[in-house]
Amino acid sequence: MSAIYPITMPKWGLSMQEGKVNGWLKQVGDTIEAGQEIVEVESEKIAGAVEAVAPGLLRRQLASEEDVLPVGGLLGVIADASVADGDIDAFVTEFQSNFTPAGEDEEDQGPTPQKIEVKGRKLRYLKRGEGGEPMVLIHGFGGDLNNWLFNHEALAADRAVYALDLPGHGESSKDVGEGSLEALADTVADFMAAVGVDGAHLVGHSMGGAVALMLARRHPARVRSLSLICSAGLGEEINSAYIDGFVAAGNRNALKPVLADLFADSSLVTRQLVDDLLKYKRLEGVGQALSTLSGKLFVNGRQSSVLAQGLGALGKPVLVIWGEEDRIIPVAHARALSGGVQVEVLGNRGHMVQMEAANDVNRVIARFLG
Amino acid sequence: MTKQLTRDDLLKAYRTMRTIREFEERLHTDFATGEIPGFVHLYAGEEASATGVCMNLGPDDHIASTHRGHGHCIAKGVDPVGMMAEIWGRKTGTCKGKGGSMHIADLSVGMLGANGIVGGGGPLVCGTALAAKLRGQPLVSVCFFGDGASNQGTIFEAMNLAAVWKLPVIFLAENNGYAEATSSNFSVACANIADRASAFGMPGVTVDGFDFFAVYEAAGAAIERARQGGGPSLVEVKLSRYYGHFEGDQQTYRAPGEVQNIRETKDCLLQFARRVTSNGQIGQAELDAIDAEVKALIDASVVKAKSDPKPGEADLLTDVYVSY
Amino acid sequence: MARKITYQQAINEALDQEMSRDQNVIVMGEDVAGGAGSPGEQDAWGGVLGVTRGLYHKHPGRVIDTPISESGYVGAAVGAACCGMRPVAELMFVDFLGVCFDQIFNQAAKFRYMFGGKAETPVVIRAMYGAGFRAAAQHSQCLYNVFTHIPGLKVVVPSNPYDAKGLLIQSIRDNDPVIFLEHKALYTMEGEVPEESYTVPFGEAAVVREGHDITIVALGRMVQKAQEAAAELQKAGIHCEIIDPRTTSPLDTDTILESVEKTGRLIVVDESHPRCSMASDIAGLAAERAFASLKAPIRQITGPHAPVPFSDALEELYIPSAAKIVAAAKSLKEYR
Repeated sequence: MSAIYPITMPKWGLSMQEGKVNGWLKQVGDTIEAGQEIVEVESEKIAGAVEAVAPGLLRRQLASEEDVLPVGGLLGVIADASVADGDIDAFVTEFQSNFTPAGEDEEDQGPTPQKIEVKGRKLRYLKRGEGGEPMVLIHGFGGDLNNWLFNHEALAADRAVYALDLPGHGESSKDVGEGSLEALADTVADFMAAVGVDGAHLVGHSMGGAVALMLARRHPARVRSLSLICSAGLGEEINSAYIDGFVAAGNRNALKPVLADLFADSSLVTRQLVDDLLKYKRLEGVGQALSTLSGKLFVNGRQSSVLAQGLGALGKPVLVIWGEEDRIIPVAHARALSGGVQVEVLGNRGHMVQMEAANDVNRVIARFLG
Repeated sequence: MTKQLTRDDLLKAYRTMRTIREFEERLHTDFATGEIPGFVHLYAGEEASATGVCMNLGPDDHIASTHRGHGHCIAKGVDPVGMMAEIWGRKTGTCKGKGGSMHIADLSVGMLGANGIVGGGGPLVCGTALAAKLRGQPLVSVCFFGDGASNQGTIFEAMNLAAVWKLPVIFLAENNGYAEATSSNFSVACANIADRASAFGMPGVTVDGFDFFAVYEAAGAAIERARQGGGPSLVEVKLSRYYGHFEGDQQTYRAPGEVQNIRETKDCLLQFARRVTSNGQIGQAELDAIDAEVKALIDASVVKAKSDPKPGEADLLTDVYVSY
Repeated sequence: MARKITYQQAINEALDQEMSRDQNVIVMGEDVAGGAGSPGEQDAWGGVLGVTRGLYHKHPGRVIDTPISESGYVGAAVGAACCGMRPVAELMFVDFLGVCFDQIFNQAAKFRYMFGGKAETPVVIRAMYGAGFRAAAQHSQCLYNVFTHIPGLKVVVPSNPYDAKGLLIQSIRDNDPVIFLEHKALYTMEGEVPEESYTVPFGEAAVVREGHDITIVALGRMVQKAQEAAAELQKAGIHCEIIDPRTTSPLDTDTILESVEKTGRLIVVDESHPRCSMASDIAGLAAERAFASLKAPIRQITGPHAPVPFSDALEELYIPSAAKIVAAAKSLKEYR
């Protein structure tokens, strides 16, 4: 008998308890390849697509649009045409009778973020996975370690992966010092030393990409490879209206339209995303931190540091990933790169490509690292 | 020990009392024309109290006042020209025409406001005094209140609070014998309001409110004690108001000739002038000159108030909040 | 996962952080420390339910016990605010409003206007409110509607620990008189609260849950009841949007109206009595300004026009329940 595969409500992030079905991308009877997107679901924080874990036919849709299911709940079933309807029904019945949604108390929290004191600064980080050649994920301007919600676990399948909050961000100390790329890079290097990571594959998004680049220049021994996603530091242009708008926005109505520039599909800017960013922006010291950073890194609407010229001289494998519709930093910066740099441009995706096309980004990085 | 009054002090005291008198007499006249909105409670006859107390205070000391507050305002340094405009309901008034006679306040000179609520000021001065105490500033706060307010719970609560926190507060009871149309002989259960001080473990004295010097000395002693950290006191000033509770009050509850008799025999300005001229400290001509200057000031304030603009629709919703 | 603390701890932390930041912040009230003048322990209570516990020793001289004398010390807080202090006066139970209202609504609330914009009165009055403690008629009322009626006051009703901390810090920094109301049944509620200081602005409602069928506006503890009801209704295929105004003055009318325009149905859940309540106020707002969007009558779910009873059997009947919200929502969905 061929296998029957359940499609279940994913758990995107620690706080996700349930998700809502936004719509099916495949209909009953459609042929499915492994990795294909089957159904769109939405958590409080983000909308995304669930991928098939195995090939086959979509045999059942067990939830319809607008339905809310707990994490792990059965969305649908994939199986070969050869599997009898009766067997599928039996599988569903058994799944449902065995399934108990995780309650808030008993829920498996998985790894939780920790805090570490590095040169007088408190840094928050989340470690997933063990062993292998370690990886460090560096978020962008105004972001935090949750920007890797859809990547962190996948990338940590065969290695230890650290995502940290840069100074001034997330739950790390809000003091950014002079706010230079050099200072941020040194802080990440200090962080690596503090958690006992000698050398790591760096993955940086946006401003975090520039931090990774600077780290590779200043501390080459700590860097095995660079994966730069919609990265700063590869050209002068940047959407300064976004930077200024993000820094200035004090309420939901001001922030929401600014955030629309982050995604190719603006509907991904959920109310929860806006509220979470407002909560961050209202923390004591954040306004100052963002002003200092933007005043240092993005002066007169241009990026202050362009490090593209030195890429080859680093002698490290470099992967560059970009969303073709990026409205913060133009994809032209990726296309202008040459010589020894692997460039992947993903169509119909924007600046937050690691969220919008998480599965693709995860696969590209995994292949790049071999 | 209360500061010895200099010649300049005496001139200042006289000018203050005369300004209050002129201000109130003028309001009495003008109110009868029907041009002044609302209602006013005049302080005429009580000038020695506000002046005798406030001569002991600096601009950073605080006072809380009553519905009969014009005299306290002037004695504490509020500009009479702005006050007149306020009472006439003008945009140029002390409170932009939004407060009126009963709510004139100027925090820049430590005047916490006349108050339309009888007894409302007692708790407030406990707060200003607490602030001074916490900051280690040698500042005092005075709560003026009447015989009517002396029976309010807020005054009792404030006296107890000031005593248990040992605050630099002076409870200054102006007993003019009537709370509206009810005599204090009826409404106050003890012989003197000052007798109540002992219930709160603080000193209490009763003084003649027609005698500027008596008020100055008694209030001065209490204020100095408070400034030195000695805690609160109660000073009762017995005096009389020359006009009704508010303008238009026919005062049929008063004895025939009562006010007339007081005006002729006890008036604080007459007594003050007699004393300082008879002992040669001040010449009558100097006092006459002050009278003339004050009259000119009040005349001018009325002329200005009458011609000043009233607030407009745009002012209706401003000043409700600092931000909303 | 961010740190979780209780509503009560969040309030304590806000006071602590603000007292550290600004020496002008003082806390005063009946037994906010406890033990004043007695031979035993100081800070014996730290507030009748321990909300201010520990502040007395951390901030010497600035946590001030008062006699049972609400007019006196609330007025003193107002007076101190007039000369630049930032007092936080605790009116133990909001029901005690009756013995000090003058100092709040005739004094603090009016100064700025009466004095032509020249006064600032940055006083915060904290008080416990709400039913559910078997505390009967004089210790269980809501009364936020009474304060909301008064121009010059701002009124805050946090429904969770995050909002409690951010709104209290905002209240202390705000330059107007603020009434900060704490539902006693929420004190033990846990939630994620940043360790840093932060503010939540006034007049910004929280959209607690999104949905397109019915708008539920709920205040304070009623937000929890609305969430219970919404989870139940979800199973029946009815998708509720829950709006927590967070402050009743200023009131975020835009967010309420936008939601009603989207859903066409409105339920307001308010623990206070029905007449002249926040429920009737918000219902009136929607009737006047979103009439064309309404697909069904507006429903108000409130306590009854009766004092809060003592007996648990009666008090449970008194408090608006999730079941009542569910029933109302279903009837609205089926209307016509």
